[in-house]
Amino acid sequence: MNKTSAFLTDATICIGCKACEVACKEWNEVPEDGLLWTGFSYDNTQALGASTWRHVMFLEQPATAGPQQVDMENPFRWIFLSDVCKHCVHSGCLEGCPTGAIVRTDVGSVLVQKDICNGCGYCVVSCPFGVVDKRHDDGRAFKCTFCYDRQSAGMMPACAKTCPTQSIKFGEREDLRAEGIARVQELKARGYADAQLYNPEETSVGGTHAMFVILGKPDAYNLPPAPEVPTVYLKSAWTSALLAAMVVIAVVCAAFLF
Amino acid sequence: MATTENPDSTRLPKATEERLEAIRAEAAATGKVESGAGRPPRMDRPPRDERSGGGVGSSEGKFPAGESYYNLGVVKPPTWTWEIAVYFFVGGISGISSVIGFIGHVLHADPTLVRVALWMGLIGAMICPGLLIADLGRPSRFLNMLRVFKWRSAMSMGSWILSAFGGAAFTAVAANEAVRYGIHLPLLPQIAWIGEFGGAITGLLLASYTGVLIGATAIPVWHQHRHLLPAHFLTSGLGGSAAILELLGFLLPVTQFLGFAASAVETLLGISLELKPSQVNKPLHHGRSGWTMRIAGALEGPIALLIRVFLHGSAHGRYATAICFLIGSCSSRFAWIWAGRASAHDPHALFEEENERIRARAAGARAL
Repeated sequence: MNKTSAFLTDATICIGCKACEVACKEWNEVPEDGLLWTGFSYDNTQALGASTWRHVMFLEQPATAGPQQVDMENPFRWIFLSDVCKHCVHSGCLEGCPTGAIVRTDVGSVLVQKDICNGCGYCVVSCPFGVVDKRHDDGRAFKCTFCYDRQSAGMMPACAKTCPTQSIKFGEREDLRAEGIARVQELKARGYADAQLYNPEETSVGGTHAMFVILGKPDAYNLPPAPEVPTVYLKSAWTSALLAAMVVIAVVCAAFLF
Repeated sequence: MATTENPDSTRLPKATEERLEAIRAEAAATGKVESGAGRPPRMDRPPRDERSGGGVGSSEGKFPAGESYYNLGVVKPPTWTWEIAVYFFVGGISGISSVIGFIGHVLHADPTLVRVALWMGLIGAMICPGLLIADLGRPSRFLNMLRVFKWRSAMSMGSWILSAFGGAAFTAVAANEAVRYGIHLPLLPQIAWIGEFGGAITGLLLASYTGVLIGATAIPVWHQHRHLLPAHFLTSGLGGSAAILELLGFLLPVTQFLGFAASAVETLLGISLELKPSQVNKPLHHGRSGWTMRIAGALEGPIALLIRVFLHGSAHGRYATAICFLIGSCSSRFAWIWAGRASAHDPHALFEEENERIRARAAGARAL
């Protein structure tokens, strides 16, 4: 069996340097994504998108939320986390893509083939994590490639390679999953009571190839707490369509007969 | 003249460098940048409230732990433009027109009505691909839609349905017109029947799959209404087809009956939407999408119904009700797209829905 790659990104190790954002842009030649001043702590990137494949979040929470605090005069909890495409085990964008442009690679990642994508935009609304988006001047959909080119050459993705604190770990999925669970236990033992591993395995997404060690609820990181692959809605929607179609046939017949 | 330009730089907004210069000048002059804070061009989101931060440490504990990330949306809004809303409208009408043409033919209805209905199906089938291709980011690659057949992708199914519908609608019209102009070829009537039957089946799929298409997405307000949407779009297509036939002069009991039925069902669907206030349904009740939805629903439902009831005897009354229904039907498609956009920008609706799912799952696990 092939190697199944994964990321484990740890919010308790990240120092918010954004080197991953820069390395990703440099290696993948991702264009500029807007020079904006948001006032959201140190975050002017805001969210993942067509031209943002790594995004470092800056959370400010009340000191009562837990440890990892700064500013001794007026303390608050400051958390950083580098977000990335989740490379779902069951992926909404891949299921929704009508052209076959989005494929599963031999390392288990989800890849948009840019020579095939015709920019229909259905993957954009099919992703329960809000990752993939259409680049408006280009017309096609883009997202993290998991540095498939680097991985094919035996190298690790640019973001993990550059991370100075090893907050971004890259490796075999099962190993990193075990490492994540162990890390959460260790953090809890050290007083980080709300540490948890984000890897939604119990939903139809079936887990991700990008797992996160976070403090507090996933909601605070805009990580969906219970994401579903939108194909789970197909059966009921088609059933409704077929029932309604039968009613339409009956009504049209009745209209001509009366 | 030999300036080598980075090919990527043509993709960057031209204002970027000027903007940076302006910000640097402002910082040098005043020691701070007031005008620098801004929003990205395509991420119109709900206005900031007291939960949003204002620089490092400035939230001072006002930002409750466990809420969203600065009120930004979790899922991405649909990128579709007006062409898709119009396509939903035109596809629904042309699909149902083929159904009316086929059933009318089987039941020996007015041959002119049958002919016009079949033509409406074909004209719609010619307009629809144009609208869809215009919305693509890479229109020249539209044939990639038929590169694979994926029943799990409603978008792929739609492409195949529309292609099959186009073929069937063309066959039906071409064969019938050939018979009409006295061309006698073997099997021509049979080919016409096959085209009409195929057009009716794929027409029903064409008018309803658009509801499945947006119902099976990650957008909360869309997938929460996945049961209602296909029925709503079919009904809207039925009423729209009858309305166009009326405007073309077919003031027959058939179109009257269909118009009544469609407006009655739309009234009920409108009431059911209005009676479900929730965070997820907010885009259906508030803002641009909410008011468009309401007005469109009223035009398709109760208003069209009332005009029909009180002015059913007059030709002008029937034209008025037909126009009323068509305006409502078309704007309701826009309202659904706008509602999807508003829903994507609201993280709280998504969290409410998903956390409810987690609670339900936990309760189920305890019950076992």
